[in-house]
Amino acid sequence: MSTNLADPQRLATPPTFQAVSLSRRIKNGIATGLVWGAFLIAIIPLVWVLYTVIQRGFPVILDGDWWQKSMSGLLARQQGGGAYHAIYGTLVQGLVCAVISVPIGIMIAIYLVEYGGRSKLSKATTFMVDILTGVPSIVAALFVYTVWITTFGLGRSAFAVSLALVLLMVPVIVRTTEEMLKIVPDELREASYALGIPKWKTIVKIVIPTALSGILTGIMLALARVMGETAPVLVLAAYAPFINYNLFDGPMASLPLMMVNERNNPTAAGFDRIWGAAITLVVLITLFNLLATVISRALAPKTK
Amino acid sequence: MAKRLDIKDLNLFYGKFHAVENVSLAVPPKNVTAFIGPSGCGKSTVLRSLNRMHEVAPGARVEGKVLLDGEDIYTSTVDPVEVRRTIGMVFQRPNPFPTMSIRDNVVAGLRLSGMKDKKKLDEVAERSLRGANLWNEVKDRLDKPGGGLSGGQQQRLCIARAIAVQPDVLLMDEPCSALDPISTLAIEDLITELKKEYTIVIVTHNMQQAARVSDQTAFFNLLGVGQPGQLIEVDDTEKIFSNPSQKATEDYISGRFG
Amino acid sequence: MNDPVVAKRPAGSGAAGAERGVAAAPTASEAPIPPTPEAPVTTKAPHVRPGDRIFRGLATGSGVFIVVLIGAIGLFLILQAIPSLGLDNVNFLTSREWNTTDPTNLRFGILDLTLVTVVVALVALLIAMPIALGIALFLTQYAPRNLARPFAYVIDLLAAVPSIVFGLWGLFVLGPVLFPFSEWVIENLGWIPIFAKGNVNVQLGGTIFTAGIVVAVMILPIITAVSREVFERTPTMHVEGAIALGATKWEVVRTTVLPFGKAGYVSASMLGLGRALGETIAVAIILSTATSSFGWSLFDGGSTFASKIALAAPEFNDARSAGAYIAAGLVLFVLTFVVNAIARSIVAGHKEYE
Repeated sequence: MSTNLADPQRLATPPTFQAVSLSRRIKNGIATGLVWGAFLIAIIPLVWVLYTVIQRGFPVILDGDWWQKSMSGLLARQQGGGAYHAIYGTLVQGLVCAVISVPIGIMIAIYLVEYGGRSKLSKATTFMVDILTGVPSIVAALFVYTVWITTFGLGRSAFAVSLALVLLMVPVIVRTTEEMLKIVPDELREASYALGIPKWKTIVKIVIPTALSGILTGIMLALARVMGETAPVLVLAAYAPFINYNLFDGPMASLPLMMVNERNNPTAAGFDRIWGAAITLVVLITLFNLLATVISRALAPKTK
Repeated sequence: MAKRLDIKDLNLFYGKFHAVENVSLAVPPKNVTAFIGPSGCGKSTVLRSLNRMHEVAPGARVEGKVLLDGEDIYTSTVDPVEVRRTIGMVFQRPNPFPTMSIRDNVVAGLRLSGMKDKKKLDEVAERSLRGANLWNEVKDRLDKPGGGLSGGQQQRLCIARAIAVQPDVLLMDEPCSALDPISTLAIEDLITELKKEYTIVIVTHNMQQAARVSDQTAFFNLLGVGQPGQLIEVDDTEKIFSNPSQKATEDYISGRFG
Repeated sequence: MNDPVVAKRPAGSGAAGAERGVAAAPTASEAPIPPTPEAPVTTKAPHVRPGDRIFRGLATGSGVFIVVLIGAIGLFLILQAIPSLGLDNVNFLTSREWNTTDPTNLRFGILDLTLVTVVVALVALLIAMPIALGIALFLTQYAPRNLARPFAYVIDLLAAVPSIVFGLWGLFVLGPVLFPFSEWVIENLGWIPIFAKGNVNVQLGGTIFTAGIVVAVMILPIITAVSREVFERTPTMHVEGAIALGATKWEVVRTTVLPFGKAGYVSASMLGLGRALGETIAVAIILSTATSSFGWSLFDGGSTFASKIALAAPEFNDARSAGAYIAAGLVLFVLTFVVNAIARSIVAGHKEYE
């Protein structure tokens, strides 16, 4: 924007390109600085948190036992043991949640995109999905508590946790699937109808496969998100320091619950376990995020 | 195979908007009928009503009859899915299924209707690709994605896909408008070939194309903005392009408007 | 196939056509199509295949399910809160007391919970709003094109960190770091009520101040993401018009992007507020529980709705005590519902964001 006015010959006549006034330039500079600053400020906690987790947790997970043993039979102050039981719990609760959420979420998205149109039910559904997105995890947990435990009289269990996670996962799946279905061109649907393929088969065999990589990516990201949820496990499952394979009965550990539990353990061993579990959780979530990227690359429609 | 189409007093609506008014027209078998006319005159809408694709749009409505060898495709007992299986369609822009290989694209209609016999499907794929003049270009890459072909090849793939289900009638909605001249020529040659076995209706903006490929031409026009489109006249292509009976047709063909 | 029951279905509801699939007619540069969905689709009862009927039913059923589900959440919470509310010996809305250890003498009120919840959320929002605005502008207007995407990914990573990890970091790392600053503020500005010495030991860092900062970090990604999406939709024409008039980058942003995206940014902030109100475990870990009630200072401790419930949850043994917490959960649900509904309605009023 600024012009070089050093050339004395140019000064005889007014310059073609006038410099932007100083005050405007200063304002522009300040705005640019602030905007860059905002971004850099946001990076600080991210790096700081990750550094903390790695610095305190990494030595713990280097021990092979961490991945293969539970805390069974260990006293609070005793070093050793592992998070095998908690990793199992986190994965299994997440997977059970996904098994329930994925079909429901995908069908809701199909309804919204392929059938709902502008009907009242469609608008209500969209609104409720939005609301469900904002329901705090503790409220989801309390709801499952009131249904599963108080109303049905069943005990706290891993399955109850999965149910609460379903409430948190479904809206995320609906949103991503909806976006993916919307970008499938209508030409493909029409081409399919014109071949005499019924609508439902068009959706199942043409539309969904075209959108599949995006949908799977969304599922992986949603799964990564719910695995770190703490409120549901706190309300709906009791902690067990040993492995429990039974989804429907008895206490079962998970990484967040292990962290909460070890917070009451003021010894060095407890401290190690908290951060060991934290980094394990972060590693698991990162793995699922990476898996999401790999899937989206591998399944995207190809041209060659 | 090829059947005749009779359109009787067809009126088409989008919600309250009356798109096309009182169209009556006979499409003889093994014959190419071209629909020409200015933009917005409803020729594509009429074409889409011939295999019940019109009703895919929300609020779209049909009055009147479309008879396929005397049988009304709009009778309530008729399944639109069956209609579309009998009356195929090729669209303006080539639209192969992006997740499928070339072979799977061609046999998609049959496979998704439940045919599983792999040998038979391979046979159909070859026959249809040969029928669409594409076999020699793709026979070594049948398992590659359809999206990797050129635009003209993709459109011929779509034609192969449409004839693979062995329809009685083939509808083409401006099939060359997205293609370069050489690909257009290839498709036009193909249409002349296909006419030996199929009844063909083609919508085109290109009057030379109508003159080149069709036996019969129908001219549609719009009396004014917001008015429904109308069929002005239909006659042998030669007659329409040399000595049309309506003034509007002559004006349009000689390039005075449209 | 010609099942008479099928033929009786309401006209149009089952046409093998689709709500999707509209595009082809208009793109064929044919008649302008004013979509008027209220008009009947076809005068003839359409034929519907069983496969289509089942699949459509499943999809529609799922849609109904989610609507019913939200209703059920509200209903179940209400039903199980009512008995305990009846047994409450203090005013539920105005009492600062919370004692549920004796189920035969329940004394619980939500005034303190509400105040602490709202103050933590507001502190978080005040910190996060300007930063998120800056980041959203940065990512859409300032960042080099090829870096905008990776930068946005970095911000989204913040959302991938589990909240319990943020909580532990806030308690063990950030709290101690903030201590000298907090101490200085209390000593020098303590005469202002919100900077007064609070009801918990500030050295441990378990204050509303610490919790607010951590929650701010946690709601940054959502505010940024939604604002970014809206800013990206600023019509190119407006931007190019401003550039053609010789506007500086900042002037372009101020005259086109900000006016266009304002409502979206406000809506994004409301969504962030909703998150902040419901944030559970990070707050539960950070905030020290206080013995005296909330005194309007940032250096107070206490409990939010969510943290109160989370900390008590493992000991829900008596239905009457649990009911008190469920009543608190119900209030939180209503609070977040209202905030989110406002956020959505702001965006819904702006067709240009579609």
